[in-house]
Amino acid sequence: MGQNILKALDDVSLEINDGEYISIMGPSGSGKSTLMNILGCLDIADKGKYYLDDKEINEYTDNQLSEIRNQKIGFVFQKFNLLPRLNALENVELSLVYRKMDAKSRAKTAQEYLEKVGLKNWGAHKPNELSGGQQQRVAIARALAGNPQIILADEPTGNLDSASGREIMQILKDLNKEGKTIILITHDLKVAQQADRILYIIDGKISQERTAV
Amino acid sequence: MDIKTIIKMSLKAIASNKLRSFLTMLGIIIGVTSIIVLVSIGQGTTANITSSLQQTGSNKIIVRITNQGSIKELSYADLKDYKNIEGVSYVSPTLSSSITAAYESNSYDATLTGADENYIKINNYTLSTGRAITPLDMDNRNKVAILGSDVASELFSHADPINKVISVDGINYTVVGVLESKDTSSTGTSDDIILTPFTTAQRVLKNANISSFTVIADSSDDVENVMQNVELKLLSYFGTEDAYNVNNSQDLLDSITEVTNTLSFALGGIAFISLLVGGIGIMNIMLVSATERTKEIGIRKAVGAKKKDILMQFLFESAVISSLGGFIGILLAYIICAILSKFSISTVTSFYIVLTSFIFSLAIGIVFGIMPANKAAKLRPVDALRYE
Repeated sequence: MGQNILKALDDVSLEINDGEYISIMGPSGSGKSTLMNILGCLDIADKGKYYLDDKEINEYTDNQLSEIRNQKIGFVFQKFNLLPRLNALENVELSLVYRKMDAKSRAKTAQEYLEKVGLKNWGAHKPNELSGGQQQRVAIARALAGNPQIILADEPTGNLDSASGREIMQILKDLNKEGKTIILITHDLKVAQQADRILYIIDGKISQERTAV
Repeated sequence: MDIKTIIKMSLKAIASNKLRSFLTMLGIIIGVTSIIVLVSIGQGTTANITSSLQQTGSNKIIVRITNQGSIKELSYADLKDYKNIEGVSYVSPTLSSSITAAYESNSYDATLTGADENYIKINNYTLSTGRAITPLDMDNRNKVAILGSDVASELFSHADPINKVISVDGINYTVVGVLESKDTSSTGTSDDIILTPFTTAQRVLKNANISSFTVIADSSDDVENVMQNVELKLLSYFGTEDAYNVNNSQDLLDSITEVTNTLSFALGGIAFISLLVGGIGIMNIMLVSATERTKEIGIRKAVGAKKKDILMQFLFESAVISSLGGFIGILLAYIICAILSKFSISTVTSFYIVLTSFIFSLAIGIVFGIMPANKAAKLRPVDALRYE
């Protein structure tokens, strides 16, 4: 039986600076999701090296990766990925639960971040009682609750109407101004152009890199 | 993740799928309930028999004459030999036969027992009214009867039977006494008897021989010795061991206890199998649940849950399901035992068996929860997040 090795990413060399806002663009199947999984420590590259804060991630154990995701990275997904059984506040608390924070300070911190994304009075609502835009704001609050340095957003406006999309993009922009590193994955040029730098990936290779206008 | 959060999380997961959780629990509930109820019935029966045998005294030796392999018969006069054995307090013969007793238009099937003046005391009866058999009755072969409580109430209902004349298989007896009900009737129809002097019974039943007799030792310490001597005497008289059998209440107690204990274990064992099946049910549902919640596991891992956290979450869920099932099972078992006692089936529920079955149900939740929990914990976050 012959084996075909599929290289999702091939010879990618990339450096992202602290506090930068970068967009990664590319058609579906181009490898941008794989890149995001590696950057987000959800997966480890079979070959090559990934340094995060000058530490080589490739050698990390499963538990250490969990810890890094918990401490340093906040995810925002296209489909929000909220837990349907938990209300908005409990969803925001999630990363804090795995930090062994006590229930009281958890709820307090989560409430602060819900207020930050403009959902002060929505904490008790379940995700299915919220609009798409609101759900994505809950997801952003969840990503922020652990106060990570990096926000990884995978098509955050993909499932939203344009008005909600603009709101979400504004929030991301504000976060970048506060000093967070934002990595945005999208195939929408208009959205991508908000970043400082745009990276094009085609067939697993970085084909073009340019500074946004 | 702290314990309080895990417990809250698992309760939430269980509550969000009430019907499914209940059905999963049902296996454990049935298992625990049946273990406790069956063992309780077994132990109740043992306790019942033990107490009624202990009531009759452990210094009692019962000899039954079966007459197998020997043409010799034992007569009333022969009993003197047994009375003279050292350590024997007294010997009481009995001669029994099934009869029909009648008074006016009422009739009742009972046992006519020919006995001497010691019979009532030996067999733990007490007189409710009237008098017992006297030595004079024995000498004169008086046709007097002392009625068991069932016989008295069937023949006379509320009337006073004393000095009334009843007919036993066509022969008239004067009622001189009535026995108190023995109530704990695990030994059979103890309130169904009619006592008459032994000598009277011999004449009426046209049987000069003894069908059984009871030897009472001075103390329970003497029982072993007395029993040996009684057996020796019987052997030398009949010439074969087949012609009689000798029991004391302790032997009887031991063998009955052994039988009921074996029964309890067998029943408990069958019930334990149903508990195991309940555990497999939990494993099944937890596997389904792990698959259904792949996305949730992915999300939790993305925000920083470790393998251990997911493992604990699922393990706690199955442990909570099984221990909750165990708890409900215990309550149900107590209710069933209470209902059974209303139907005069005695049950003894020991704390030990309740604790054991609860621990077993918890252990089953954990053991059968490990595989699904491990499956959930091992999921790679990338794969889990991609799952729809």
